[in-house]
Amino acid sequence: MASPRRSEGISKLTGRERYVDDLAIDGCWWGMTARSPAPRGRIREIRFGKGVDWSEFVVVDHRDIPGPNEVRLIELDQPVLAADRVRHVHEAVVLVAHPSREMCRRAIREIEIVVDREPPALDFRVTPSPDQIQYADDNVLKHLRIEKGDVERALAGAAHVVEEVYETGAQEHVYLETQGMLAWEDDGVVTVSGSMQCPYYVLNALIHALGRDEKQVRVVQTPTGGGFGGKEDYPSNIALHAALLALKAKHPVKIIYDRGEDLAATTKRHPSLVRHRTGVDSEGRLVAQDIEMILDGGAYVTLSPVVLSRGIIHAAGPYACDNVRIVGRAVMTNSVPFGAFRGFGAPQSLFACERQMDRVARAASLSPAEIRRRNLIRDGQTTSTSQRIDDGTDRLAVLDAALRRSDYDAKREAHRSFNASHPYLRRGMGLASFYHGAGFTGGGEVYLASTQHVAGLPDGRVEVRSASTEIGQGTRTIFATIAASRLGLDESDIVIAEPDTSRVPNSGPTVASRTAMVVGHLLELACDDLRRTLGLPKDAPGDAVRAAIIARLASHPSEELVGKARYKAPPGIQWDEQTYKGDAYGTFAWATYVAEVEVDLRMFETRVIAFDAVQEIGKVLNETLARGQIQGGVVQAIGWALTEDFVWKDGAMANAQLTNYIIPSACDVPPIGVEFLENPYPHGAMGAKGIGELPMDGPAPAICNAVADALGVEPTTIPLTPERLMDLMTEAGVA
Amino acid sequence: MSKPQAEKIEIELTVNGQPVAVSVSPVERLLDTLRYTMNLTGTKEGCGEGECGACTVVLDGLPVNSCLVPTIQARGRRVETIESIDPSRLSELLDSGATQCGACTPGVVMSACWVLDHPDLCDSHSLRELMAGNLCRCTGYDGIIDGLAAALDASNQRPGAGA
Repeated sequence: MASPRRSEGISKLTGRERYVDDLAIDGCWWGMTARSPAPRGRIREIRFGKGVDWSEFVVVDHRDIPGPNEVRLIELDQPVLAADRVRHVHEAVVLVAHPSREMCRRAIREIEIVVDREPPALDFRVTPSPDQIQYADDNVLKHLRIEKGDVERALAGAAHVVEEVYETGAQEHVYLETQGMLAWEDDGVVTVSGSMQCPYYVLNALIHALGRDEKQVRVVQTPTGGGFGGKEDYPSNIALHAALLALKAKHPVKIIYDRGEDLAATTKRHPSLVRHRTGVDSEGRLVAQDIEMILDGGAYVTLSPVVLSRGIIHAAGPYACDNVRIVGRAVMTNSVPFGAFRGFGAPQSLFACERQMDRVARAASLSPAEIRRRNLIRDGQTTSTSQRIDDGTDRLAVLDAALRRSDYDAKREAHRSFNASHPYLRRGMGLASFYHGAGFTGGGEVYLASTQHVAGLPDGRVEVRSASTEIGQGTRTIFATIAASRLGLDESDIVIAEPDTSRVPNSGPTVASRTAMVVGHLLELACDDLRRTLGLPKDAPGDAVRAAIIARLASHPSEELVGKARYKAPPGIQWDEQTYKGDAYGTFAWATYVAEVEVDLRMFETRVIAFDAVQEIGKVLNETLARGQIQGGVVQAIGWALTEDFVWKDGAMANAQLTNYIIPSACDVPPIGVEFLENPYPHGAMGAKGIGELPMDGPAPAICNAVADALGVEPTTIPLTPERLMDLMTEAGVA
Repeated sequence: MSKPQAEKIEIELTVNGQPVAVSVSPVERLLDTLRYTMNLTGTKEGCGEGECGACTVVLDGLPVNSCLVPTIQARGRRVETIESIDPSRLSELLDSGATQCGACTPGVVMSACWVLDHPDLCDSHSLRELMAGNLCRCTGYDGIIDGLAAALDASNQRPGAGA
């Protein structure tokens, strides 16, 4: 059966979808941001040049903030606008607004922020000197630890022990729509409308820093041109900036970042360093995994503690091992803050894990496929957090499907003779097996206590009211499918409400691969509640639901007819935040990806020439959308693995343009083969598990494993640019 | 108020078949004239430096990045934007999942329709080469390439096609 079409698809294809910068508002001014030139120091002076007439501008600094000068998130350490100190280059200090965007640009050039510099901490891998300490007594934002069994004893008895250090670079989201917000005040209510993943994060940030109550602020998500985590936390900053300008200017104010500003100033994926010490017995079975993960936390806490949490929980991979120790820390530096990015720490730790498994395979004289076959978790075994896996998924079948689909063995064999005869091309096959937990980690979903509403409409249709946003992944389409299926209606009977905090409840953030699985399931329960409210039995057909809605609203026209649901943990879920033991996630999606690469030894350029992605995701709700998530995630990960390199200067991105920050084009990647296996998850909508982040985890290690297969060198650092590969081969004495 | 820019110049051009007269500064980008003066907001800005193709329009029959074209260079010329595209041409792209977030999509559609109008290009170029000027961060490109291939097939089978 064909998938239902994306509901807003034609509107997007014809350019009729109206994003924030497409909205024409009468009397709207432009806003722009003046930023710190230094990675750390005291602001001595702000000079306003004579090149513009300042009486035409509205200028905002920290003194204009009505409430606390804090962006509300996990901690309150990040100011809305720097007051006396700056902690990173591009930190926002002063805002300007003017009816003309060009005049704003000129004004920003006239502002000089003079900083008395202090010693910045710029390398998270190096112990900071005393004069670089800025957080606690060691700059460590968060320490975390997982312990299972006795690692040292197991290592002492292992047949082979393999040690290696892996590093991953930052990554920029490059959502094609840059960040932007529009703010205005009307009848005492500040409304902020713009590009975002999480309307209630923005709402809470506004309530906090503007010192207002919930009734005096409103947040509306506009169609959002991609997020990938980049529009999880940073939109709060821009929303506050736009609101402050609008309040002072007494005009609507729009802030739209251009690409350079967006690349330079917004959050990125955390760089990482991961050490592995792995012991296996003579059969190649894991006996000990000793892992240390360090993240560059950047200048403010932002989401680093939870990124670290997800990172270490995924660090041991989808394998059974009785003795595991994982220690993690996120370290404060004076780099531009790092934040959420698809995968949220797991791609970093799984890169290290899956590269390490290939090293271990070689030490144990096993093939990459065999080492995984022997160690993949079986039902009844436990993960590193001692979570017992008992879901009935055949993880070996996932591995086998990937090997079969990619023609792994035959191609590997063929490449040996190809490589022996070709003057400068080398081909290789690499695989990665991995898992991704969907939804918030540990007790996170219980803490969020998300709610979801559905409302009957007078014509018998049903409106879905959710703060979960459409950011390209297909939320609107999926929600229509889920509600229609649950109520026995057609998808055309379902209306998806605009995410407007004055109308929709807090369904939690649109992150963590949780929308279809967690919020979608709440939507099912809200539909059940609507049926109950109508006095209908659970199996009442859609026609009866429609008729009952029409009758109820005809007889009670002034009443709202709303079905509601609030999150409750599935039975049996246990998590101990203190010991990091228990059910880290309600469920995991399981995957094996295979990359085939070709390396050109003349240029040291690595091309992915074939790619296959096989995953068990519970239930496919919409084949086109699900495949699109996988293919898009794989290509984003190919970029992270090979080309998306940062040039750092003073903790900021020196190559903040798409000319030299290189994301893949259609020509740079092969078709991505996708196969889904299904084992319905009883607590996900229609059986679905989350999939948004999964495809980010596997490609980088699969690609580097394929390079190792092709060349006989062991890449440990990504992106594996031609320069890095040349250095690696020179060191290995093979180039 | 201080003047933001140099003297403006009156020019005429044809946009989506309609003659229009606009007054623009010499440095104004065609992208901004379309979006902010003519309210043709279907054309998107993705990077502002000709890398991403989100702002693709067709100028005298050739696709260009409108962020790199000063509006005065379009004087007396024909511009087609996404607003000129007949939605009936897009069903294959819709079915294949060619759009996700939609920000790159108008540019993708302009390039794809240009390929559909010039199918002979496929004799010398792969579809991936022809679409390499449009960056997309959501789809991984399969949805776009598959949709374009299906649309080319469909237009070949249409009566009168294949010229």
